[in-house]
Amino acid sequence: MQPNQFKVDVASKLKIVSLVSVGKHPQSGRVRRSDQDSRAVELGLKLTGDNRSGESLTVLHAGDPREQSLRSYAGMGLKSVRVLQLDPSADAILPLGQHLLQCGADIVLTGVRAESGESSGMVPYQLAEKLGWPIVPRVANIVSVEGGVAEVLQALPRGQRRSVMVQLPFIASVDSAAPEARQSAFGPASRALMDIEVVSASVDMTRESWEEVPARKRPKRLKVVKAKTAAERFKAATAKSQGEGGKVMKNESAVEQAQAIFDLLKEEGVLR
Amino acid sequence: MSDHNSNDVLRRDPRAEWIARNRLHPLHGTVASSETAEVRGPSGLLRKNPHKVGFIGPNGIKRIDRLKGNAAATGKGRRSGAAKDVQLPLHKVENPDFYIVVVPDMVGGRLTAHDKDIIGQAHKLISGIDGNGAVLAVCFGQSKEEHFDTAGVDRLLLLDDESYEGYCPEQRLEALVQVESAYKPQFWLFPDSVNGGSDLGSRLAARIGERPAVQVWQADNQTVVCRGAGGTTDITRNTPRLLMLAEECADPIDETRHEAQSVTLDAAPVVVAQLRDRGQVAVDPNAISLAEAEFILSAGNGIHNWDQFHSAASVLGATEGASRVAVDDGFMPRFRQVGATGTWVTARIYLAVGISGAIQHMQGIGQCDKVIAINTDAGCDMVKRAALSVIGDSEAILGELIKLAEDFRAQQSAGGDRDAA
Repeated sequence: MQPNQFKVDVASKLKIVSLVSVGKHPQSGRVRRSDQDSRAVELGLKLTGDNRSGESLTVLHAGDPREQSLRSYAGMGLKSVRVLQLDPSADAILPLGQHLLQCGADIVLTGVRAESGESSGMVPYQLAEKLGWPIVPRVANIVSVEGGVAEVLQALPRGQRRSVMVQLPFIASVDSAAPEARQSAFGPASRALMDIEVVSASVDMTRESWEEVPARKRPKRLKVVKAKTAAERFKAATAKSQGEGGKVMKNESAVEQAQAIFDLLKEEGVLR
Repeated sequence: MSDHNSNDVLRRDPRAEWIARNRLHPLHGTVASSETAEVRGPSGLLRKNPHKVGFIGPNGIKRIDRLKGNAAATGKGRRSGAAKDVQLPLHKVENPDFYIVVVPDMVGGRLTAHDKDIIGQAHKLISGIDGNGAVLAVCFGQSKEEHFDTAGVDRLLLLDDESYEGYCPEQRLEALVQVESAYKPQFWLFPDSVNGGSDLGSRLAARIGERPAVQVWQADNQTVVCRGAGGTTDITRNTPRLLMLAEECADPIDETRHEAQSVTLDAAPVVVAQLRDRGQVAVDPNAISLAEAEFILSAGNGIHNWDQFHSAASVLGATEGASRVAVDDGFMPRFRQVGATGTWVTARIYLAVGISGAIQHMQGIGQCDKVIAINTDAGCDMVKRAALSVIGDSEAILGELIKLAEDFRAQQSAGGDRDAA
């Protein structure tokens, strides 16, 4: 998982689009670049050869072009950010899909979940369904792109990685396990061009009936003891967690004992 | 006159009273048991004779059973657990009017706690709807789960063909689309987890054009409360047909037993997958943080050959852990310590070598699924907790284990070379 190990033979023709959204700091609530989206931009920058021009990488946003957080994406070394201008409450799927088809994207990178709005993580799936492209969720890295096939490393729980081969074009959502985004510089951020295209989109009517409040703390689940007598309650409160009594191998030889352990490890699938 | 008097005068039998007082008297039982009727005092209160409570134990000492017949359950030893296994009442659903489909993650082939919460949520939704509803669980891949019935599964669709093995979201999606058309479920419930539930749910939502509610933590038939904006807001909205539920959204089923009747599906068409699974890649196990490692090899005071321990960990591909003693003695770094003062681990397999199991250490491994113990003491706490305990010299057993693992790795690489050739 070294950052500069991937091989891209058709990088000159490869067209990568990173979709970015407006982020929100989890503690302060301030507007910022979204963590996963900036990792998607970082991955795109690395795939396009890190030549600072970022010519084959398009960073695309659907929403308000005056949004300040877009500048912090641009500060990662982009010359321009493409913005499809529409009302922030509108449904962005249709214009985004059309734009991706028009510009002939090969790889579309998004975050797993937005940090603002509904944050359902459905945008990559709906785009994939609409365009008929495959989607690879939770990508940690793109190892190589050769002959129209990409080798992608997927982040699994417990720090594991899975290698997946996928045909271009495809959509990938970038996990928090992907390489961290580079710092955003103020100068390039203010110099970057906002390439605005005004599009029309239908307003999301369903969302208007929803009620949105700051998150309440979730109640902790109480441990309900269904004991009938005082002795059972006492036991439930003081008992150590003990298994139902497993298999004990006492008199076997070391070879047999090791074999039993080995078989259990294999059965549970932890030996790979 | 004298007759009349004889009725009035209370005649006492001093001998009988004496026998009744003397519980060691051979005739005591006959006298004491003669009065069985309840005695009411002058104000109508029930009077208990404290002398008659309890029974005489084998040594002639009075014993009072204050556990009301539950004493057997508190008995010691392993047998008590088996004796307490009570048969829960069976909840039967014949000819269900509607279905609620749950697609559990089945990590390692077993229902997770998250899956069980979601099955509990499904039953909560059913109780709010008129008519007979059944929970249909759709499980992919090989299943090792034995307790679908007590988890609350009414109907079980087990898809364990070869085509569903490994990472094949497109094939699984096709099967779910078939389920959608065959059962027309009232609700689809997915765990909103990184183990694949959220991926599959999003795919299905996009395919059937349903707008899902994600990160749901409260749900009934009318409204759901879900987290939005990266977990910083609560959105209250109408309940959609497809829900992806957070952990601990509802309580798991624990008072009933269900049928877990298997159902079948007309074979789903085999799709041409655009994603090709190349399997998991090897990651450095010691780079994974101890708290989220899947397989931990942990060392305690019983380890003398530390080089052997490290080589065992590397050949098995396990993350290294240690007990407090091993850390205090300087054999392992502090961040490897497992237990109350160290890291609380969540491993699926915890292999404890030479750890007898102090309570602080047992707290740290409370969330582990399977514990394997290698120890010289058969009576220690770790052996009681372990699913498999091996009593013997840790150095000899680890040596054999390393040999087995090396053979396995050699076979693996030989097989890999053959595939490549």
